[in-house]
Amino acid sequence: MLTLLLILLPIAAGVLTLLSGERLAKQVALVSGLAVLGVAVATWLQFDPAAGTQFSFKYAWLASGGISFAAGIDGISLVLVLLTTFLTPLIILSAFNHDYRKPASFYSLILFMEAALIGVFTATDAFLFYLFFEAALIPVYFLAAIWGGENRLKVTFKFFIYTIFGSLLMLVGLVYLYYQTPGTHTSEITAFYQLQLPQQTQGFIFWAFFIAFAIKMPLFPFHTWQPDTYTESPTPATMLLSGIMLKMGVYGLIRFLLPIVPGGMEIWGTMAMVLSVIGIIYGSIIAIQQSDMKRLIAYSSFAHVGLMAAGVFSYSINGLQGALIQMLAHGINVIGLFFIIDIIYARTKTRYLDQLGGITQSTPHLSVYFMILLLGSVALPLTNGFVGEFLLLSSVFQYDGWLGAIAGLTIILGSVYMLRLFQKSMFGPRSKWVEGFQDLTMSERAVLLPLVIMVFWIGIYPNTFLKLTEPAVSQLLQMVNN
Amino acid sequence: MYPIILLSVLGVVTLFLGFSKSKNILLPAVLFFLVLAIASNFVEWNKGPLLYFYDMLRVDNLTLAFNGIVLLSAFMIVAISGGFQDNPDSEPAEYYGLMLFSLVGALMMIGFEHMIMLFIGVEILSVAMYILTGSNKRNLRSNEAALKYFLMGAFATGFMLFGMTLIYGATGSFKLSHIHGFASNIQAGTQPFLMYAGLLLLLIGMLFKVSAAPFHFWTPDVYEGAPTIFTTFMSTIVKTAGFAALFRLLNTSFSEIYGFWWIIIAVIAVLTLLVGNIGATSQNSFKRMLAYSGISHAGYMLIALTALTKPSQSAIVFYSLAYSLSTICAFGVLILVSKEKTFEGQPNERYEAFNGLAKQNPVLAFVLAVSMLSLAGIPLTAGFWGKFFIFTSAAERGIIWITVIAVLMSAVGIYYYFRVIISSYLKEGDLIKIRVAPFYQVILLLATFLTILFGLAPGVFEGLI
Repeated sequence: MLTLLLILLPIAAGVLTLLSGERLAKQVALVSGLAVLGVAVATWLQFDPAAGTQFSFKYAWLASGGISFAAGIDGISLVLVLLTTFLTPLIILSAFNHDYRKPASFYSLILFMEAALIGVFTATDAFLFYLFFEAALIPVYFLAAIWGGENRLKVTFKFFIYTIFGSLLMLVGLVYLYYQTPGTHTSEITAFYQLQLPQQTQGFIFWAFFIAFAIKMPLFPFHTWQPDTYTESPTPATMLLSGIMLKMGVYGLIRFLLPIVPGGMEIWGTMAMVLSVIGIIYGSIIAIQQSDMKRLIAYSSFAHVGLMAAGVFSYSINGLQGALIQMLAHGINVIGLFFIIDIIYARTKTRYLDQLGGITQSTPHLSVYFMILLLGSVALPLTNGFVGEFLLLSSVFQYDGWLGAIAGLTIILGSVYMLRLFQKSMFGPRSKWVEGFQDLTMSERAVLLPLVIMVFWIGIYPNTFLKLTEPAVSQLLQMVNN
Repeated sequence: MYPIILLSVLGVVTLFLGFSKSKNILLPAVLFFLVLAIASNFVEWNKGPLLYFYDMLRVDNLTLAFNGIVLLSAFMIVAISGGFQDNPDSEPAEYYGLMLFSLVGALMMIGFEHMIMLFIGVEILSVAMYILTGSNKRNLRSNEAALKYFLMGAFATGFMLFGMTLIYGATGSFKLSHIHGFASNIQAGTQPFLMYAGLLLLLIGMLFKVSAAPFHFWTPDVYEGAPTIFTTFMSTIVKTAGFAALFRLLNTSFSEIYGFWWIIIAVIAVLTLLVGNIGATSQNSFKRMLAYSGISHAGYMLIALTALTKPSQSAIVFYSLAYSLSTICAFGVLILVSKEKTFEGQPNERYEAFNGLAKQNPVLAFVLAVSMLSLAGIPLTAGFWGKFFIFTSAAERGIIWITVIAVLMSAVGIYYYFRVIISSYLKEGDLIKIRVAPFYQVILLLATFLTILFGLAPGVFEGLI
């Protein structure tokens, strides 16, 4: 029942926000975001890592077709649900800085998005998963297309068609798998796990899924929609895209690609791994060149997700656990960084590094928060990025020494572009753009403080979350290896 | 069978109602007639299969379901026609009479068991449509469209009749069950070429009616030239009836020689999808785009015919319903919007006409958006499940490649359907208000509601047919 509540509550909250009128919308959205977080935490407290999928429910949808409205939560789902519900109120709060037109629609779209994301992470029926996977696209498309920058229509249109194309391929894969299930057919994911498909077929299904998820993440060479969309979208939409929606792709890899087509992994896994590693290096090198701060973070996000995918494709316990913990860490860091850039942009009206400089002189708080999130992102020990990156790199290294060595460059390249970002914007002579720069307000601190606490929590005691996912991950791997 | 008799009689009554002094009685009367027809249609529900008129007409639940879709669409179209009161040149009684007659033709096509019945049905439907296409007498485009439609349609009917003759020559019967008996008893080594040739010619005639490529060339011009209300009629009712007839023909008579015709239909389906979707991307006129989109939807339905598995039947029924509802909404909004705005002296049917619609009338913008989402096959609309059932029917037969092409083409489809949504929600337009009559709005909202309802609960009709 808790799962159903988690999906329905944000939808109800979204409708309520829409009805509450333009003036109250903000507050209603924030309170309901926190309420959803409360439900998620309650779920966490009752959760038993060893017990597999819990809090399940199942209603027949197309009874004769074996398609049902079914969802449940296991360790992997729980971590991502926690991430979603933790970040959504912060994203809502971070938008308080701006006076977005039509706030009721704006905040309700964020809440609808949350519902769709939770649906994706908890669905145990493949078609329900597909449905939420598509549904998540609509609110974020409108967020970006209505409240975005100048080029928004063109850019978001490309994004929309690109991603929907990918998911349609996945639909073909799902329909095919559905018809392979014995008896009267069912679309439960666990039934798909039991299928024994011929190797060659698995190769095709592999591509159907891989392209869908690779576009969503995005992986090289399916990333061309990403930097433009991240840059043109309003910051809350960028946060949703990079902080949470990107994880749908990685989650899809773990939930569908690995366990359903292990044979396809054997044929094409190396290629996918190489593409991921290319993405890591390619994204990092481009990030070093960027002058627009939002674009820089967009490319860094592209590089990071490449590493997560590489970890998944190594199909080892370290790789999967690393990917999961890195999803948490990346979500937290990237949202913090986008928010700080948004703060700087709101005060100086520029995002370009060569126009900024010397912000530290008047802003001790901002500088500290910025630095901590940035260090989390470059994976300094005792911050959240370190745990994930360490596990991921060790898994890639075990998969192949050379690939591991190349992927390891990400640590060096990552510190280059991140420190360059900090140095150019915060240090140096004070530029004319940053005259009269105010330090953080209370509401801004209210967003950044929880993020920073999480940076240290995951960095110092990652076991809180690793323990949650471990049984689910090892069960998954056992199934794949059989 | 009852709706056929009822509508024939009531069509004549409608013509006589035109003599009445009071102009306001006509529209409610026709709507009432259609309600009667719908009610009488379902009297025979679950009683079938029944055969009437010396085994020339078949009534079973499939027939009744298609009848229901056709009659419901007709009801909605008549309701939004609003009595043709804004056009002083119009002859409402004759238009309604012809619409009711053409419905009789459609119902005969759906329920035929004897090929002569199919021929008569096609002719009744088509002749009425030729006239209605040209009903805007003073408009050059309308006249051109009618002439084009008539010439090409007459040719197609000729092919069809020739095909029937050949099949009769080969099998000795017009009855579907006899032809089926003949086709399932072909001796090894003998090839009834006459029957194959006849089937091909018959298919050409039918595929022309449902505007499948390469027999689609009339579609964009005729759809664009005809008055929009009759374009709606053509694109929903003619198409549904055409597919019902094709399905019955292939499923009852020729299922035993599936190996002969499936690849032909498959190639035509792919060609139709390519022509429809790629053609639609380059249009500036919304109405013309809908014509191409109509072609592309014919392509999707042909996939279900190609597969001809058990799910195909319900897939075609569901798809026709979803497609009809959304198409009526789309044309319904177009009628209102193009009336308010002009372009070079003509009603503006271009994409730009929809700029700022969300501000000018939020209800219409919503109706239009849902219908576009449904036509594009986005989840939680009826259109998604329509496509889904079609894809599953092809997957059951094991024809995956055709599904892959169809999926790629639906990605293309999103491009042109979303252009309208972007225009109405994200672009600025003139600051005018678009007025809608309350009844008109109720019909559009009903269609939108059904689209969403079938999107949320596609199993409503499960097990009925």
